Amino acid sequence: MSFLVYGVAGLLFGSGLVISGMLDPAKVLNFLDFVGSWDPSLAFVLGGAVIVAAIGFRIAGRRTRPILTRRFHWPTRSDIDARLLIGPAIFGIGWGLSGFCPGPAVASLALLAPGTIVFVVALLAGMALARRIVDRKPASDAAQAEDIAFTQSRALG
Amino acid sequence: MTATTFTPWASLLGGGLIGLSAAVLILFNGRIAGISDIVGRLLPPWPDDSGLTGRALFVVGLIAAPLLFEAGGYAIEQTVSPKLGLLALAGLLVGFGTIVGNGCTSGHGVCGLARLSPRSLVATLVFMAAAIATVFVTRHLA
Repeated sequence: MSFLVYGVAGLLFGSGLVISGMLDPAKVLNFLDFVGSWDPSLAFVLGGAVIVAAIGFRIAGRRTRPILTRRFHWPTRSDIDARLLIGPAIFGIGWGLSGFCPGPAVASLALLAPGTIVFVVALLAGMALARRIVDRKPASDAAQAEDIAFTQSRALG
Repeated sequence: MTATTFTPWASLLGGGLIGLSAAVLILFNGRIAGISDIVGRLLPPWPDDSGLTGRALFVVGLIAAPLLFEAGGYAIEQTVSPKLGLLALAGLLVGFGTIVGNGCTSGHGVCGLARLSPRSLVATLVFMAAAIATVFVTRHLA
């Protein structure tokens, strides 16, 4: 049952992207361009999405378990580490170059624009590369090792 | 640059549907709707209890939605750059950055902000700022 919910959620998400106009990279790029041809639409998309999602999360927060599965998989981390700054900075540059973030790019695949197909292939390659490099051990371990190395270098020098 | 029309109501409604998707996924399945996570974990290696079928179905729904709208006679406006080299570079950066940063516009931007997560607020501010700076440089300085 629960995997069917994923299909419905995907349809809802894709429909939201179509209706909101977010499948159009030009619309996204114009949102990011305050001094040029500014189009504030993306702020309304984000606003509408956050309000409805917040209601869903509030209701979920009062429940002991989800309707169909055993437990909630809430994100547990609260630390701000280097990965949380470097990753989004790299992502933002790519987003600003293309007007595509993962959702709209994947949802646009069947519209068959050559640029979309190239983008999604590269997206998957970038994801695979990142998983090879950074997902081997938790980021907190890496940060801790860095701290130790820093302390040692100070002590030596 | 292509001029686009400001669409406050359609964008608010579409955004609401995106939020509803996130609400459905957490309430029924206990999962956060993060596209970079869902797509990234379609790639191997797959852990045992991976829920691969579910994530694959999410992507099928995501790709099917625009086709259904087009079949119903809805014209989807889309201007994708013809610069394929630029899009390849952008795709690599987006893929790499969203995995390193544990999320994209949906996971951090929508779900994280809706949960008032400080991590997601930081991530969202950083990717917004980086994207705005990139557009400024490519459109107005280059």
